Amino acid sequence: MVVRMKMFPFLTFLTLVPLLGGVAALLASSHTKLPRRIAFAASLLALAGAALLWAEFDTGRAGWQFVERVAWVPSLGIDYHLGIDGLGLLMVLLSALIVPFAMLASWNIGPNPKLYFALILFLEAGLFGTFTALNFVHWFIYWELGLIPAFFLIKIWGGPRRTRAANQFFIYTLAGSVAMLLAFLALYAATGLFDFGQLAGLARNDGLENALFARLGGSFFKSKETLAAVIFLGVFLGFAVKAPLMPFHTWLPSAYAEAPTGTAMLLTGAMSKMGVYGFLRILLPLFPAQMRAMQTPLLCLAVVTIVFSAAAALAQRDLKRMAAYSSLNHIGYCLLGIFAAVQLTGPAAAWTTEKAAALNGVMLQMFNHGLTASALFYFVGLIEQRSGGLRGLDDFGGLRKAAPVFCGLMGITLFASLGLPGLNGFVSEFLIFKGSLPLVGWAAAVSTLGLLITAVFLLAILQRVFSGPLQNRWTGWKDLTTGERLTLAPVIALMFLLGICPQILISVSNPAALAILNHF
Amino acid sequence: MPAWTIYISFLGAAALALLPPESRRAARITALLTALAGLAIALCGAVQYERQVPPGALVDLVNVSWIADLGIRYHLAADGISITLVLLTGIAAVAGVLFSWNIEHRTREFFALYLALIGGVYGVFLSFDLFLLFVFYEIAIIPKYFLIAFWGSTRREYGAMKLALYSLVGSAMVLIGLIAAFVVSGSRTFDLPELAKFPFPPAFQHWAFLLVFVGFAVLAGLWPFHTWAPTGHVAAPTAASMLLAGVVMKLGAYGGLRVAMTLFPDGLRFWQNEIALLAVIGIVYGGTVALVQRDLKFVIGYSSVSHMGFVLLGLMTLTQIGLSGAVLQMFSHGIVAGLLFAVVGRMIYDRTHTRELSELQPMNLSVLAPFAAVTFVLAGAASMGLPGFSGFIAELQVLVGAWSVFPRLTIFAGVGILVGIAFMLRVWIKTLFAENDSKSAAIRIEPISIPERAGAFLLLGATLLIGLWPGLLLDLITPTLHSPLFQPLWKGGSP
Repeated sequence: MVVRMKMFPFLTFLTLVPLLGGVAALLASSHTKLPRRIAFAASLLALAGAALLWAEFDTGRAGWQFVERVAWVPSLGIDYHLGIDGLGLLMVLLSALIVPFAMLASWNIGPNPKLYFALILFLEAGLFGTFTALNFVHWFIYWELGLIPAFFLIKIWGGPRRTRAANQFFIYTLAGSVAMLLAFLALYAATGLFDFGQLAGLARNDGLENALFARLGGSFFKSKETLAAVIFLGVFLGFAVKAPLMPFHTWLPSAYAEAPTGTAMLLTGAMSKMGVYGFLRILLPLFPAQMRAMQTPLLCLAVVTIVFSAAAALAQRDLKRMAAYSSLNHIGYCLLGIFAAVQLTGPAAAWTTEKAAALNGVMLQMFNHGLTASALFYFVGLIEQRSGGLRGLDDFGGLRKAAPVFCGLMGITLFASLGLPGLNGFVSEFLIFKGSLPLVGWAAAVSTLGLLITAVFLLAILQRVFSGPLQNRWTGWKDLTTGERLTLAPVIALMFLLGICPQILISVSNPAALAILNHF
Repeated sequence: MPAWTIYISFLGAAALALLPPESRRAARITALLTALAGLAIALCGAVQYERQVPPGALVDLVNVSWIADLGIRYHLAADGISITLVLLTGIAAVAGVLFSWNIEHRTREFFALYLALIGGVYGVFLSFDLFLLFVFYEIAIIPKYFLIAFWGSTRREYGAMKLALYSLVGSAMVLIGLIAAFVVSGSRTFDLPELAKFPFPPAFQHWAFLLVFVGFAVLAGLWPFHTWAPTGHVAAPTAASMLLAGVVMKLGAYGGLRVAMTLFPDGLRFWQNEIALLAVIGIVYGGTVALVQRDLKFVIGYSSVSHMGFVLLGLMTLTQIGLSGAVLQMFSHGIVAGLLFAVVGRMIYDRTHTRELSELQPMNLSVLAPFAAVTFVLAGAASMGLPGFSGFIAELQVLVGAWSVFPRLTIFAGVGILVGIAFMLRVWIKTLFAENDSKSAAIRIEPISIPERAGAFLLLGATLLIGLWPGLLLDLITPTLHSPLFQPLWKGGSP
C-alpha cells in the first residue's frame, strides 16, 4: 500500500477533487439541492483524501514526501513539482477541514447557491495547490486561483458595502502579487531557476545575491545588498499583504466584515495562512540574510500588528469587525515567531531549541487559529442570522438564559481564541512566546500587551452578549439546532483534543521546523 | 502545405463573390467552411512541421521567380514563428465568422472582404520575399478600410480613414526603407534570407531600421503612433475589431521582428533603449487611459495598446527569452483581444445597443446574460495576465528578458500590469453587477446563440490550452530563434 501510494500522483488528484467537484456542481440543475450536495460531497471527499495523506505521511522522515516531478515547459526549465512536508500537510489538513465547515455555515445562501458552492471548491483547489507546489510557476497559478473566487464571493454575496470591500481586497492582493511576480522574474533572469528547493540551495551561501548582482547589477543597482533587498521586498510585499502584516492590512477588516459567513471563515481560516506559509516556505529559505538584516523593522511591524489590532478590536462595536481584528492579531503572533527565529545568536544548541519552539509554535498557531477563527466567524454568522442582521456588541445581552448551549460553545471558542490552557490556542501561543522571549526579549515583552488586550475584548464579547438582563426582543432566541450542534461538534472536539494532546500536530510540524532551521 | 491557407481564403472570397447576392445563409456557411479549412490546414501544417522538420528550420513552400528583372521571387516559407502566427490567424478567422453570424446587411460582400483580409494576413506571415510580403501587407489593409467604413458603428468613416492613413504612411516608410536596402545591398534580390546575409553599413542601418521598424510598429500600436487603434477598433464591426486587434496588430509586430530586426541588427541595438521606453510608455499609458473610458469598447481598444506594448518591449530586450515571450504574447493577445471584442461587440452591444458603462450598469448583465458575463470574466482574467491563461507565460518571459536589460523599465511595466488589472476590474464591476436589481427585470434580450458559444469556447480553449501547456507553442518558437535568420541578433551579446 505504502509503495503504491508513493507512486500514485496523490497530490495532483487531491487538488483535482475540488476542481472537478466545482465543475460538476456548476453542471448540475440549479433548481434542485443537487449542486449543493455534490459540492459538499466533493469537500468531504477532499477531507478524506487529506486524512489519508496524513495517515500515509511518514513523520519520522525529513524532507519532501509524495513528490511528483515531471518536465512541464522544458524550454524554460519549468517542472511540475509537487511535494509536502509537515508544514504543507498541516495546511492541507486545515483547508480540507475548513471548507466543509464553511459550506455548512452558508448552506442556505442565496441567490445562485450553485455558483457559490462551486467558487468555494475552486478556492479549495487553489489552497491545496498553493500548499503543495514546489515550483514558482504553478504555485503562482494556484496562488491566484484563490483570488478570483474570493473576489466574486465577496462581491456577489457580501454585505451592503461589498463592492468597495471586494475591490480593495482584489487590488491590494494583486498589487502584492505583481510585486512578488516581478521579484521572482528577476530571480529567474539571474539564475534560470523557478524551483523553490534549488533557489533555496543557491541562497545558502549568498549564491543568490551574487547571481542577482552578476546579472542585474550595474548602473541602477549599485550594490549587491541593495539589489537583493529590493528583490526581497518585492516577494515580502506579496506575503505581507496576504497574511496580512500592518500596515498592509487595510483591506482586511472590510473584506472580512462584508464577506458572507462561509467566505469570511475561509478567508481567515485558510487564505490568511497562505501569506504565513509563504513566509515560512519561501522568504525564510530564500532570503535568510535579508531577513536577518531587516529583523528589527520586521519585528516592529509584527509587534505593531499584534498590539494595534488588539486595540482596534477593543474599540469596535461590530462583532464581525472584532473577530476580523482578532484574527489579524493572531496572525501577528505567527509573524513574531517567524521573525524571532531569524535571530543569529551563536551556535549554542540551546538557541536551536528556542528557534524550533518558535517555529513549531507558528505552525501550530496557523492550524489552531484556522480552526478557532473560523468557528468564531461561524458563531457571529449565527448571531447575525438569528437577529435579522444585527451584530453590534450592544444589541444583545443575557442570551445565556435563552440559549445556554450557544453560549457555552461560543464561550469555549472565545476562550480557545484567547489562549486558555487546555484549549488549542494556548499551546501554540505558549510555544511562540517560549521561543521568542529568549531570542528577542523586547519584542516578545511588548507583544504580551496584545495578549492582555485580546483577553479583555474577548471577555467583553462574552459579557455583553451573554450576561446581563435579557432584552425583551430576544426572549425567543433559538438555541443551537441539532444540525448546528453536529456541525460544531467536531470543531469543538478538535479544540480540546489539540489543547490536551498537541503532540499529534507537533510530531508533524517538528521535522519541518528543524528542516527550515537546518537550512540557514 | 501551409501555403494553401492563403489560396483557400482567396478562393473562398472569390466563391462568395459569385454567389447570388441575397443568399445570406450560403454566404455564412461558405465563409465558415473556408475559415475552418484554413484552420485545419494550419493545424496540419503545424503538426507536420513539428514532426518532419528539425526544430526551428526554415522550410521553403514555394520559391519561383516572379519578376526576374528586379530579382523578385514568389517565395513562401515557414518557420516556427510563422506557424505560430498562422495558427493564430486560423483560430481568429473561425471565431470571427462565428461572431458575425448575425450580419444581415450585404452578407456576401462582408464575408468576401473578410476572407480577402484573412488571405492577406496568411500571406504576410508566410512570405519570405520582401516585395511579396509588402504586397500581402497592403492586401490586408484595403479590405480593412471597407469593412469598417461600410459595416462599422460609431464614427465609422473617421475611424476607417484614420486607420487607412496611418497604415499607409507606415507602409510608405517601410517601402522606402526596403527599397533603400535593395539599392544599398546591390545584390538585386528582395529575398529576405539573402538580404539578411548582407552586412549593411551601420550608419545606413541606424536610419533604415528606424524607418522600417516604426513603419511596421505603427500597425502594432507603438506609442505615440497608436491613436488609430482605439478609434479603429471602436468603429469596426465586431468581426473586424476582432481581426484588427487579433491579427492585424500582429502584422506590425511580426514585420518589425521579421524584417527590420533581422535586416538591421546594428540599427536595432542603436535604438533599442528608446523604443523600449516607448513600449513601456505604451503599456502604462494604454492602461491608464483605459481606466477612465466611458465606452466599453474604448476600454478594450486602449487595453490592446497596453498589451501590444509588451510585445514591443519583449522584442527590444534582444534576449531569446524576451523574444519568445513577445511572439507568444502576439498569439495570446490575438486570442484574448478577439474574445474581449466578441463579448463587448457581439454579445453585449448587439443586444443592449449601448456601450456606455453608465447605461450598462443598471442592466445587471450577470443576471441578464450569464453566459456573456462568465465569458467576460474569463476573458478579463486572461487579459489581466492571471496565471493559467496564455498571457501569463508570455508576459513572464517578456519581463524576465526585460529584467536583465532594462531593470528600471521593468518596474514600470509592472505598474502597467497593475493598471491593467484595475481597468478590467472596473469594467467588471460596472457592467456585470447592478447596484439595485430593480430595472434589470424589465429588459429582455435574445439568448446567446450557438455560433457565439462555439466561438467563445474556441477562443477560451485556445488561451487555456496555451496557458497550461505553453510548450506546445514554445517548442515552435524557441528553436526558431536559434535559426540562421536570427543569428545577427545574438552577435553582440549573450542570448
